Amino acid sequence: MTSPTTSISERRPLDPIDVPARPRPTRRPGRKVLAPLLAVVVLLAVWQGVVATGWRPDYLLPGPVTVLAELGHLVTLPEFWAAMARTLSRALTGFALAIVIGTAIGLATAGSALLRASIGSLITGLQTMPSVVWFPLAILLLGLGEGAIMLVVVLGAAPSIANGVLLGVDQLPPSYFRLGRVLGAQGWTLYRHIVIPGALPAYVSGLNQGWAFAWRSLMAGELLVVIPGTAALGNRLAFAQEFADAPGLMAYMLVILIIGMIADQIFSAWSRYLRRTRGLTQA
Amino acid sequence: MTLTSSPPAPAVERGRVRLKGVGKVFGSGSQAVTVLQDTDLDVRPGEFVAIVGGSGCGKSTLLTMVAGLEKPTSGTIETGGKVALMFQEATLLPWLTATQNVELALRLQGVDKAERRDRARHLLQRVRLGRYVDLRPHELSGGMRQRVALARVLAQDAAVVCMDEPLGALDALTRDQMHDLIEDVWLEARFTALFVTHNVREAVRLADRAILMGGRPGRIIHAEENTMARPRVMDSAPVAAAAAGLTQRLKDEVASHDESDYFDI
Repeated sequence: MTSPTTSISERRPLDPIDVPARPRPTRRPGRKVLAPLLAVVVLLAVWQGVVATGWRPDYLLPGPVTVLAELGHLVTLPEFWAAMARTLSRALTGFALAIVIGTAIGLATAGSALLRASIGSLITGLQTMPSVVWFPLAILLLGLGEGAIMLVVVLGAAPSIANGVLLGVDQLPPSYFRLGRVLGAQGWTLYRHIVIPGALPAYVSGLNQGWAFAWRSLMAGELLVVIPGTAALGNRLAFAQEFADAPGLMAYMLVILIIGMIADQIFSAWSRYLRRTRGLTQA
Repeated sequence: MTLTSSPPAPAVERGRVRLKGVGKVFGSGSQAVTVLQDTDLDVRPGEFVAIVGGSGCGKSTLLTMVAGLEKPTSGTIETGGKVALMFQEATLLPWLTATQNVELALRLQGVDKAERRDRARHLLQRVRLGRYVDLRPHELSGGMRQRVALARVLAQDAAVVCMDEPLGALDALTRDQMHDLIEDVWLEARFTALFVTHNVREAVRLADRAILMGGRPGRIIHAEENTMARPRVMDSAPVAAAAAGLTQRLKDEVASHDESDYFDI
Protein backbone atom coordinates (compact mmCIF):
# COMPACT_ATOMS: atom_id res chain seq x y z
CA MET A 1 0.00 0.00 0.00
CA THR A 2 2.92 2.38 0.61
CA SER A 3 4.54 4.09 -2.30
CA PRO A 4 7.47 6.49 -2.28
CA THR A 5 5.47 9.29 -3.86
CA THR A 6 2.03 10.40 -2.96
CA SER A 7 -0.23 11.53 -5.70
CA ILE A 8 -2.63 14.36 -5.13
CA SER A 9 -5.59 12.08 -5.26
CA GLU A 10 -4.19 9.97 -2.44
CA ARG A 11 -3.91 12.87 -0.06
CA ARG A 12 -6.55 13.60 2.45
CA PRO A 13 -8.57 16.52 1.25
CA LEU A 14 -8.00 19.80 3.03
CA ASP A 15 -11.35 21.09 4.04
CA PRO A 16 -12.67 21.38 0.73
CA ILE A 17 -15.85 23.10 0.27
CA ASP A 18 -16.47 20.63 -2.48
CA VAL A 19 -15.70 17.30 -0.94
CA PRO A 20 -18.69 15.14 -1.71
CA ALA A 21 -20.06 12.76 0.85
CA ARG A 22 -18.21 9.48 0.71
CA PRO A 23 -19.86 7.35 -1.92
CA ARG A 24 -21.43 4.23 -0.51
CA PRO A 25 -19.82 1.07 -1.83
CA THR A 26 -22.33 -0.73 -3.94
CA ARG A 27 -23.70 -3.73 -2.14
CA ARG A 28 -23.82 -7.14 -3.63
CA PRO A 29 -27.39 -8.15 -3.01
CA GLY A 30 -26.62 -11.78 -3.75
CA ARG A 31 -24.45 -12.33 -0.72
CA LYS A 32 -27.02 -11.14 1.80
CA VAL A 33 -29.67 -13.53 0.59
CA LEU A 34 -27.59 -16.41 -0.71
CA ALA A 35 -25.36 -17.00 2.30
CA PRO A 36 -28.13 -17.60 4.86
CA LEU A 37 -30.05 -19.60 2.30
CA LEU A 38 -27.04 -21.84 1.82
CA ALA A 39 -26.82 -22.36 5.59
CA VAL A 40 -30.46 -23.48 5.63
CA VAL A 41 -29.82 -25.92 2.80
CA VAL A 42 -26.81 -27.39 4.65
CA LEU A 43 -28.86 -27.68 7.86
CA LEU A 44 -31.68 -29.50 6.06
CA ALA A 45 -29.14 -31.82 4.45
CA VAL A 46 -27.57 -32.69 7.81
CA TRP A 47 -31.04 -33.29 9.29
CA GLN A 48 -31.98 -35.54 6.37
CA GLY A 49 -28.63 -37.30 6.75
CA VAL A 50 -29.25 -38.10 10.42
CA VAL A 51 -32.73 -39.39 9.57
CA ALA A 52 -31.25 -41.54 6.78
CA THR A 53 -28.88 -43.30 9.22
CA GLY A 54 -31.95 -44.83 10.84
CA TRP A 55 -30.75 -43.79 14.32
CA ARG A 56 -34.39 -43.41 15.38
CA PRO A 57 -37.48 -44.67 13.59
CA ASP A 58 -38.94 -42.01 11.37
CA TYR A 59 -42.17 -41.67 13.37
CA LEU A 60 -39.93 -40.34 16.19
CA LEU A 61 -37.46 -38.43 14.04
CA PRO A 62 -39.15 -37.41 10.81
CA GLY A 63 -37.18 -35.86 7.97
CA PRO A 64 -37.50 -32.27 6.77
CA VAL A 65 -39.93 -33.15 4.00
CA THR A 66 -42.41 -34.75 6.42
CA VAL A 67 -42.12 -31.85 8.87
CA LEU A 68 -42.53 -29.20 6.19
CA ALA A 69 -45.58 -31.06 4.85
CA GLU A 70 -47.01 -31.12 8.39
CA LEU A 71 -46.34 -27.41 8.68
CA GLY A 72 -48.12 -26.89 5.36
CA HIS A 73 -51.10 -28.73 6.79
CA LEU A 74 -51.01 -26.86 10.12
CA VAL A 75 -51.24 -23.44 8.52
CA THR A 76 -54.59 -24.42 7.01
CA LEU A 77 -56.06 -25.07 10.48
CA PRO A 78 -57.86 -22.31 12.40
CA GLU A 79 -56.58 -23.63 15.75
CA PHE A 80 -53.00 -23.11 14.59
CA TRP A 81 -53.74 -19.45 13.94
CA ALA A 82 -55.62 -19.16 17.23
CA ALA A 83 -52.58 -20.54 19.06
CA MET A 84 -50.30 -18.22 17.13
CA ALA A 85 -52.50 -15.21 17.86
CA ARG A 86 -52.62 -15.98 21.58
CA THR A 87 -48.87 -16.48 21.83
CA LEU A 88 -48.04 -13.37 19.84
CA SER A 89 -50.45 -11.24 21.82
CA ARG A 90 -48.91 -12.48 25.07
CA ALA A 91 -45.42 -11.84 23.72
CA LEU A 92 -46.25 -8.34 22.54
CA THR A 93 -48.19 -7.39 25.67
CA GLY A 94 -45.46 -8.72 27.95
CA PHE A 95 -42.73 -7.10 25.91
CA ALA A 96 -44.57 -3.76 25.83
CA LEU A 97 -44.96 -3.88 29.62
CA ALA A 98 -41.29 -4.77 29.97
CA ILE A 99 -40.35 -1.82 27.74
CA VAL A 100 -42.36 0.61 29.86
CA ILE A 101 -41.05 -0.75 33.16
CA GLY A 102 -37.48 -1.40 32.01
CA THR A 103 -37.15 2.01 30.37
CA ALA A 104 -38.57 3.83 33.38
CA ILE A 105 -36.26 1.98 35.77
CA GLY A 106 -33.30 2.49 33.45
CA LEU A 107 -33.87 6.22 33.08
CA ALA A 108 -34.48 6.72 36.78
CA THR A 109 -31.38 4.73 37.66
CA ALA A 110 -29.23 6.53 35.08
CA GLY A 111 -30.36 9.89 36.39
CA SER A 112 -29.89 9.28 40.09
CA ALA A 113 -26.62 8.45 41.78
CA LEU A 114 -28.48 7.02 44.77
CA LEU A 115 -30.62 4.67 42.69
CA ARG A 116 -27.62 3.64 40.66
CA ALA A 117 -25.60 2.75 43.72
CA SER A 118 -28.49 0.81 45.24
CA ILE A 119 -30.06 -1.05 42.33
CA GLY A 120 -27.56 -0.72 39.48
CA SER A 121 -25.82 -4.01 40.20
CA LEU A 122 -29.13 -5.67 41.07
CA ILE A 123 -30.36 -5.00 37.55
CA THR A 124 -27.29 -6.66 36.08
CA GLY A 125 -27.66 -9.50 38.55
CA LEU A 126 -31.30 -10.10 37.65
CA GLN A 127 -30.28 -10.34 34.05
CA THR A 128 -28.17 -13.39 34.77
CA MET A 129 -31.06 -15.22 36.45
CA PRO A 130 -32.86 -17.69 34.19
CA SER A 131 -36.41 -16.41 34.16
CA VAL A 132 -37.91 -19.92 34.40
CA VAL A 133 -36.74 -19.81 38.01
CA TRP A 134 -39.49 -17.26 38.65
CA PHE A 135 -42.30 -19.57 37.51
CA PRO A 136 -42.90 -21.58 40.67
CA LEU A 137 -43.20 -18.39 42.70
CA ALA A 138 -45.30 -16.67 40.04
CA ILE A 139 -47.69 -19.64 39.96
CA LEU A 140 -47.89 -19.71 43.77
CA LEU A 141 -48.66 -16.01 43.89
CA LEU A 142 -50.88 -15.58 40.87
CA GLY A 143 -52.12 -19.08 40.10
CA LEU A 144 -51.93 -20.95 36.83
CA GLY A 145 -52.98 -18.14 34.56
CA GLU A 146 -52.12 -15.26 32.31
CA GLY A 147 -50.87 -13.22 35.27
CA ALA A 148 -48.11 -15.70 36.08
CA ILE A 149 -46.99 -15.80 32.46
CA MET A 150 -46.97 -12.02 32.14
CA LEU A 151 -45.04 -11.60 35.37
CA VAL A 152 -42.28 -13.92 34.23
CA VAL A 153 -42.09 -12.46 30.73
CA VAL A 154 -41.72 -8.97 32.20
CA LEU A 155 -39.19 -10.11 34.79
CA GLY A 156 -37.22 -11.78 32.03
CA ALA A 157 -37.14 -8.84 29.66
CA ALA A 158 -37.17 -5.69 31.82
CA PRO A 159 -33.65 -6.00 33.30
CA SER A 160 -32.07 -6.23 29.84
CA ILE A 161 -33.99 -3.18 28.70
CA ALA A 162 -33.08 -1.20 31.83
CA ASN A 163 -29.48 -2.28 31.38
CA GLY A 164 -29.52 -1.09 27.76
CA VAL A 165 -30.61 2.36 28.95
CA LEU A 166 -27.88 2.42 31.61
CA LEU A 167 -25.18 1.33 29.18
CA GLY A 168 -26.33 3.85 26.61
CA VAL A 169 -26.20 6.72 29.08
CA ASP A 170 -22.82 5.62 30.46
CA GLN A 171 -21.31 5.49 27.00
CA LEU A 172 -22.30 9.05 26.12
CA PRO A 173 -19.21 11.24 25.68
CA PRO A 174 -18.91 13.79 28.53
CA SER A 175 -18.73 16.49 25.85
CA TYR A 176 -22.46 15.95 25.11
CA PHE A 177 -23.32 16.97 28.65
CA ARG A 178 -21.09 20.04 28.36
CA LEU A 179 -22.78 20.89 25.10
CA GLY A 180 -26.17 20.44 26.72
CA ARG A 181 -25.26 22.90 29.46
CA VAL A 182 -23.88 25.43 26.98
CA LEU A 183 -27.07 25.20 24.92
CA GLY A 184 -29.16 25.55 28.06
CA ALA A 185 -30.63 22.05 28.17
CA GLN A 186 -31.40 20.84 31.66
CA GLY A 187 -33.35 18.06 33.27
CA TRP A 188 -35.96 16.58 30.96
CA THR A 189 -34.90 18.78 28.03
CA LEU A 190 -31.36 17.41 28.29
CA TYR A 191 -32.77 13.86 28.30
CA ARG A 192 -35.18 14.52 25.50
CA HIS A 193 -32.71 16.07 23.06
CA ILE A 194 -29.32 14.67 23.97
CA VAL A 195 -29.30 11.77 26.42
CA ILE A 196 -32.10 9.62 24.99
CA PRO A 197 -31.19 9.92 21.31
CA GLY A 198 -27.52 9.47 22.22
CA ALA A 199 -28.29 6.32 24.16
CA LEU A 200 -30.54 4.89 21.45
CA PRO A 201 -28.11 2.39 19.86
CA ALA A 202 -27.38 0.72 23.21
CA TYR A 203 -31.08 0.90 24.05
CA VAL A 204 -31.98 -0.95 20.85
CA SER A 205 -29.45 -3.66 21.75
CA GLY A 206 -31.14 -3.86 25.14
CA LEU A 207 -34.54 -4.17 23.46
CA ASN A 208 -33.24 -6.92 21.22
CA GLN A 209 -31.91 -8.87 24.17
CA GLY A 210 -35.04 -8.10 26.16
CA TRP A 211 -37.18 -9.49 23.35
CA ALA A 212 -35.08 -12.68 23.25
CA PHE A 213 -35.56 -13.15 27.01
CA ALA A 214 -39.28 -12.36 26.77
CA TRP A 215 -39.70 -14.91 24.01
CA ARG A 216 -37.81 -17.61 25.93
CA SER A 217 -39.70 -16.91 29.13
CA LEU A 218 -42.99 -17.04 27.26
CA MET A 219 -42.18 -20.41 25.70
CA ALA A 220 -41.17 -21.81 29.10
CA GLY A 221 -44.37 -20.37 30.54
CA GLU A 222 -46.57 -21.88 27.86
CA LEU A 223 -45.01 -25.29 28.45
CA LEU A 224 -45.59 -25.04 32.20
CA VAL A 225 -48.81 -23.07 32.48
CA VAL A 226 -51.68 -24.55 30.56
CA ILE A 227 -54.90 -22.62 30.80
CA PRO A 228 -57.84 -24.88 29.98
CA GLY A 229 -59.73 -23.95 26.85
CA THR A 230 -56.91 -21.86 25.40
CA ALA A 231 -54.29 -22.91 22.96
CA ALA A 232 -50.85 -21.39 22.49
CA LEU A 233 -47.73 -22.38 20.58
CA GLY A 234 -45.97 -23.64 23.72
CA ASN A 235 -48.99 -25.74 24.77
CA ARG A 236 -49.20 -27.24 21.30
CA LEU A 237 -45.59 -28.31 21.68
CA ALA A 238 -46.38 -30.04 24.97
CA PHE A 239 -49.48 -31.76 23.52
CA ALA A 240 -47.53 -32.93 20.50
CA GLN A 241 -44.97 -34.51 22.81
CA GLU A 242 -47.68 -36.23 24.86
CA PHE A 243 -49.29 -37.65 21.74
CA ALA A 244 -45.89 -38.57 20.31
CA ASP A 245 -46.70 -36.42 17.27
CA ALA A 246 -43.11 -35.87 16.20
CA PRO A 247 -43.86 -34.10 12.87
CA GLY A 248 -46.29 -31.72 14.60
CA LEU A 249 -43.83 -31.07 17.42
CA MET A 250 -41.04 -30.22 15.03
CA ALA A 251 -43.35 -28.11 12.86
CA TYR A 252 -44.23 -26.00 15.94
CA MET A 253 -40.53 -25.76 16.81
CA LEU A 254 -39.89 -24.38 13.34
CA VAL A 255 -42.65 -21.81 13.77
CA ILE A 256 -41.16 -20.68 17.10
CA LEU A 257 -37.71 -20.45 15.52
CA ILE A 258 -39.00 -18.44 12.58
CA ILE A 259 -40.86 -15.94 14.78
CA GLY A 260 -37.69 -15.44 16.85
CA MET A 261 -35.62 -14.92 13.72
CA ILE A 262 -38.04 -12.40 12.25
CA ALA A 263 -37.97 -10.37 15.45
CA ASP A 264 -34.20 -10.52 15.54
CA GLN A 265 -34.02 -9.31 11.95
CA ILE A 266 -36.22 -6.34 12.78
CA PHE A 267 -33.98 -5.28 15.67
CA SER A 268 -30.82 -5.87 13.65
CA ALA A 269 -32.14 -3.74 10.81
CA TRP A 270 -32.97 -0.98 13.29
CA SER A 271 -29.48 -1.24 14.82
CA ARG A 272 -27.82 -1.14 11.43
CA TYR A 273 -29.85 1.90 10.44
CA LEU A 274 -28.82 3.75 13.62
CA ARG A 275 -25.17 2.87 13.20
CA ARG A 276 -25.14 3.85 9.56
CA THR A 277 -26.79 7.24 10.02
CA ARG A 278 -24.36 8.05 12.84
CA GLY A 279 -21.33 7.07 10.85
CA LEU A 280 -20.45 4.19 13.18
CA THR A 281 -20.05 1.68 10.37
CA GLN A 282 -18.59 1.65 6.93
CA ALA A 283 -21.37 1.65 4.37
CA MET B 1 -31.20 28.70 32.41
CA THR B 2 -28.67 31.44 32.68
CA LEU B 3 -25.03 31.01 32.06
CA THR B 4 -23.95 34.25 33.64
CA SER B 5 -21.81 33.70 36.67
CA SER B 6 -23.17 33.29 40.13
CA PRO B 7 -23.19 35.50 43.13
CA PRO B 8 -25.59 38.40 42.67
CA ALA B 9 -23.17 40.82 41.10
CA PRO B 10 -23.93 44.28 39.80
CA ALA B 11 -25.08 43.91 36.23
CA VAL B 12 -22.51 44.80 33.62
CA GLU B 13 -23.41 46.12 30.21
CA ARG B 14 -24.21 43.67 27.43
CA GLY B 15 -21.09 42.08 26.00
CA ARG B 16 -18.75 43.03 28.82
CA VAL B 17 -16.73 40.38 30.64
CA ARG B 18 -15.10 41.34 33.89
CA LEU B 19 -12.91 39.09 36.00
CA LYS B 20 -11.76 40.28 39.41
CA GLY B 21 -9.21 38.30 41.41
CA VAL B 22 -10.33 35.06 39.82
CA GLY B 23 -8.59 31.92 41.07
CA LYS B 24 -9.25 28.26 40.49
CA VAL B 25 -7.94 25.36 42.56
CA PHE B 26 -8.61 21.77 41.60
CA GLY B 27 -8.52 19.17 44.33
CA SER B 28 -7.87 19.90 47.98
CA GLY B 29 -5.30 19.41 50.71
CA SER B 30 -1.94 18.14 49.53
CA GLN B 31 -3.48 17.24 46.17
CA ALA B 32 -4.58 20.80 45.48
CA VAL B 33 -3.38 22.30 42.22
CA THR B 34 -3.77 26.00 41.56
CA VAL B 35 -4.57 26.25 37.86
CA LEU B 36 -5.37 29.93 37.87
CA GLN B 37 -4.28 32.62 40.30
CA ASP B 38 -5.61 36.08 41.03
CA THR B 39 -6.60 36.98 37.50
CA ASP B 40 -8.09 40.34 36.53
CA LEU B 41 -9.43 40.96 33.06
CA ASP B 42 -11.84 43.47 31.61
CA VAL B 43 -13.12 42.79 28.12
CA ARG B 44 -14.96 45.57 26.31
CA PRO B 45 -18.24 44.82 24.58
CA GLY B 46 -17.54 43.73 21.02
CA GLU B 47 -13.83 43.27 21.63
CA PHE B 48 -11.98 40.29 20.17
CA VAL B 49 -9.59 38.99 22.79
CA ALA B 50 -7.19 36.12 22.21
CA ILE B 51 -5.87 34.24 25.22
CA VAL B 52 -2.53 32.66 24.39
CA GLY B 53 -0.34 30.29 26.35
CA GLY B 54 1.18 26.83 26.53
CA SER B 55 -0.37 23.70 27.99
CA GLY B 56 -1.37 23.92 31.60
CA CYS B 57 -1.44 27.70 31.82
CA GLY B 58 -5.09 27.71 32.79
CA LYS B 59 -6.38 29.37 29.62
CA SER B 60 -9.06 26.75 28.97
CA THR B 61 -10.08 26.77 32.62
CA LEU B 62 -10.49 30.52 32.46
CA LEU B 63 -12.72 30.20 29.40
CA THR B 64 -14.75 27.38 30.93
CA MET B 65 -15.44 29.58 33.94
CA VAL B 66 -16.50 32.53 31.79
CA ALA B 67 -18.88 30.15 30.00
CA GLY B 68 -20.29 29.13 33.38
CA LEU B 69 -19.33 25.46 33.18
CA GLU B 70 -17.03 25.81 36.19
CA LYS B 71 -17.20 28.08 39.19
CA PRO B 72 -14.14 30.05 40.28
CA THR B 73 -12.66 29.11 43.64
CA SER B 74 -12.11 32.79 44.40
CA GLY B 75 -12.95 36.12 42.82
CA THR B 76 -15.88 37.12 40.64
CA ILE B 77 -16.76 36.83 36.99
CA GLU B 78 -19.36 39.14 35.56
CA THR B 79 -20.70 38.71 32.07
CA GLY B 80 -23.18 40.95 30.31
CA GLY B 81 -25.67 38.72 28.55
CA LYS B 82 -25.66 35.20 27.32
CA VAL B 83 -22.39 33.33 26.82
CA ALA B 84 -21.91 30.71 24.10
CA LEU B 85 -19.00 28.27 23.94
CA MET B 86 -17.35 26.63 20.96
CA PHE B 87 -15.23 23.58 21.75
CA GLN B 88 -12.02 22.27 20.24
CA GLU B 89 -14.03 19.38 18.84
CA ALA B 90 -17.11 20.40 16.90
CA THR B 91 -19.27 18.29 19.26
CA LEU B 92 -22.10 17.88 16.81
CA LEU B 93 -24.76 15.34 17.60
CA PRO B 94 -24.21 12.50 15.13
CA TRP B 95 -27.89 11.58 14.80
CA LEU B 96 -28.83 15.04 13.58
CA THR B 97 -28.15 16.64 10.19
CA ALA B 98 -26.20 19.88 9.98
CA THR B 99 -29.47 21.82 9.90
CA GLN B 100 -30.94 19.92 12.83
CA ASN B 101 -27.78 20.49 14.90
CA VAL B 102 -28.16 24.23 14.42
CA GLU B 103 -31.91 23.99 14.95
CA LEU B 104 -31.40 22.37 18.33
CA ALA B 105 -29.77 25.54 19.66
CA LEU B 106 -32.78 27.54 18.41
CA ARG B 107 -35.24 25.03 19.77
CA LEU B 108 -33.72 25.16 23.23
CA GLN B 109 -34.23 28.91 23.16
CA GLY B 110 -37.89 28.42 22.39
CA VAL B 111 -37.83 29.53 18.76
CA ASP B 112 -40.91 28.09 17.12
CA LYS B 113 -40.83 25.37 14.57
CA ALA B 114 -41.75 27.38 11.51
CA GLU B 115 -38.94 29.84 12.07
CA ARG B 116 -36.25 27.36 13.18
CA ARG B 117 -35.57 25.67 9.87
CA ASP B 118 -35.28 28.90 7.93
CA ARG B 119 -32.96 30.46 10.46
CA ALA B 120 -30.79 27.34 10.67
CA ARG B 121 -30.46 27.17 6.89
CA HIS B 122 -29.69 30.85 6.73
CA LEU B 123 -26.93 30.47 9.34
CA LEU B 124 -25.45 27.50 7.49
CA GLN B 125 -25.38 29.59 4.35
CA ARG B 126 -23.68 32.30 6.38
CA VAL B 127 -20.83 29.87 7.20
CA ARG B 128 -20.81 28.78 3.54
CA LEU B 129 -22.26 25.36 4.03
CA GLY B 130 -25.40 26.01 2.07
CA ARG B 131 -24.97 22.90 -0.03
CA TYR B 132 -24.49 20.55 2.88
CA VAL B 133 -27.40 21.40 5.11
CA ASP B 134 -28.83 17.89 5.10
CA LEU B 135 -25.62 15.94 5.64
CA ARG B 136 -24.82 14.31 8.95
CA PRO B 137 -21.62 15.09 10.87
CA HIS B 138 -19.79 11.94 9.78
CA GLU B 139 -20.30 12.95 6.17
CA LEU B 140 -18.57 16.30 6.70
CA SER B 141 -14.84 17.12 6.92
CA GLY B 142 -13.31 18.45 10.14
CA GLY B 143 -13.42 22.04 8.91
CA MET B 144 -17.01 21.74 7.78
CA ARG B 145 -17.99 20.36 11.17
CA GLN B 146 -16.41 23.32 12.90
CA ARG B 147 -18.38 25.58 10.59
CA VAL B 148 -21.59 23.87 11.65
CA ALA B 149 -20.49 24.42 15.25
CA LEU B 150 -19.91 28.08 14.44
CA ALA B 151 -23.39 28.34 12.92
CA ARG B 152 -24.78 26.77 16.09
CA VAL B 153 -22.93 29.31 18.23
CA LEU B 154 -24.37 32.10 16.07
CA ALA B 155 -27.82 30.58 16.52
CA GLN B 156 -27.49 31.11 20.26
CA ASP B 157 -27.35 34.83 19.60
CA ALA B 158 -25.01 35.27 22.53
CA ALA B 159 -23.46 38.53 23.69
CA VAL B 160 -20.19 36.75 24.47
CA VAL B 161 -18.74 33.91 22.40
CA CYS B 162 -16.00 31.80 23.97
CA MET B 163 -13.91 29.68 21.62
CA ASP B 164 -11.64 27.05 23.13
CA GLU B 165 -8.97 26.33 20.51
CA PRO B 166 -11.69 25.72 17.95
CA LEU B 167 -9.20 25.41 15.09
CA GLY B 168 -6.56 23.37 16.89
CA ALA B 169 -7.37 20.17 15.03
CA LEU B 170 -7.52 21.68 11.55
CA ASP B 171 -4.87 21.84 8.84
CA ALA B 172 -3.30 25.19 7.95
CA LEU B 173 -5.36 25.96 4.85
CA THR B 174 -8.65 25.16 6.50
CA ARG B 175 -7.62 27.23 9.49
CA ASP B 176 -6.97 30.25 7.28
CA GLN B 177 -10.44 29.92 5.79
CA MET B 178 -11.91 29.66 9.28
CA HIS B 179 -10.05 32.82 10.38
CA ASP B 180 -11.69 34.75 7.55
CA LEU B 181 -15.07 33.30 8.40
CA ILE B 182 -14.83 33.92 12.14
CA GLU B 183 -13.67 37.48 11.52
CA ASP B 184 -16.53 38.08 9.08
CA VAL B 185 -19.25 36.85 11.39
CA TRP B 186 -17.73 38.71 14.33
CA LEU B 187 -17.61 41.97 12.37
CA GLU B 188 -21.21 41.41 11.38
CA ALA B 189 -22.71 40.23 14.67
CA ARG B 190 -20.41 42.24 16.94
CA PHE B 191 -20.40 39.82 19.81
CA THR B 192 -17.56 39.87 22.31
CA ALA B 193 -15.10 37.12 21.40
CA LEU B 194 -12.80 35.27 23.80
CA PHE B 195 -10.57 33.06 21.73
CA VAL B 196 -8.19 30.61 23.39
CA THR B 197 -5.25 29.38 21.34
CA HIS B 198 -1.68 28.19 21.70
CA ASN B 199 -0.90 29.66 18.29
CA VAL B 200 0.56 33.15 18.69
CA ARG B 201 0.17 34.04 15.01
CA GLU B 202 -3.48 33.10 15.13
CA ALA B 203 -3.91 35.50 18.05
CA VAL B 204 -2.26 38.30 16.07
CA ARG B 205 -4.36 37.46 13.00
CA LEU B 206 -7.66 37.73 14.84
CA ALA B 207 -7.54 39.67 18.06
CA ASP B 208 -7.86 43.29 19.11
CA ARG B 209 -5.90 42.31 22.18
CA ALA B 210 -3.71 39.33 22.94
CA ILE B 211 -3.53 38.15 26.54
CA LEU B 212 -0.46 36.02 27.25
CA MET B 213 -0.68 33.52 30.06
CA GLY B 214 2.04 31.69 31.93
CA GLY B 215 1.81 28.47 33.88
CA ARG B 216 2.41 27.15 37.38
CA PRO B 217 0.22 28.71 38.57
CA GLY B 218 -1.73 30.01 35.60
CA ARG B 219 -1.87 33.78 35.40
CA ILE B 220 -1.79 36.65 32.93
CA ILE B 221 1.77 37.73 32.17
CA HIS B 222 1.20 40.28 29.44
CA ALA B 223 -1.51 41.98 27.43
CA GLU B 224 -0.96 43.63 24.09
CA GLU B 225 -3.34 45.74 22.02
CA ASN B 226 -3.27 45.10 18.29
CA THR B 227 -4.47 47.93 16.08
CA MET B 228 -3.30 46.55 12.73
CA ALA B 229 -5.89 47.01 9.99
CA ARG B 230 -8.17 44.10 9.17
CA PRO B 231 -8.23 41.71 7.52
CA ARG B 232 -4.71 40.73 8.51
CA VAL B 233 -2.83 38.11 6.58
CA MET B 234 -1.47 35.24 8.63
CA ASP B 235 1.75 34.96 6.57
CA SER B 236 2.43 38.70 6.21
CA ALA B 237 5.53 40.36 7.64
CA PRO B 238 3.74 42.60 10.19
CA VAL B 239 1.79 39.65 11.61
CA ALA B 240 4.97 37.58 11.75
CA ALA B 241 6.86 40.38 13.49
CA ALA B 242 4.15 40.94 16.09
CA ALA B 243 3.90 37.20 16.67
CA ALA B 244 7.68 36.94 17.11
CA GLY B 245 7.56 39.59 19.82
CA LEU B 246 4.81 37.78 21.72
CA THR B 247 6.51 34.42 21.29
CA GLN B 248 9.70 35.87 22.81
CA ARG B 249 7.72 36.99 25.86
CA LEU B 250 6.26 33.51 26.27
CA LYS B 251 9.74 31.98 25.95
CA ASP B 252 11.15 34.35 28.55
CA GLU B 253 8.33 33.32 30.85
CA VAL B 254 9.15 29.63 30.39
CA ALA B 255 12.85 30.27 30.90
CA SER B 256 12.15 32.02 34.20
CA HIS B 257 10.80 28.72 35.55
CA ASP B 258 12.75 25.67 36.43
CA GLU B 259 12.29 23.93 33.09
CA SER B 260 11.86 20.41 34.33
CA ASP B 261 9.17 21.65 36.64
CA TYR B 262 7.40 23.48 33.86
CA PHE B 263 7.43 20.72 31.32
CA ASP B 264 6.57 17.69 33.35
CA ILE B 265 2.86 18.37 33.33
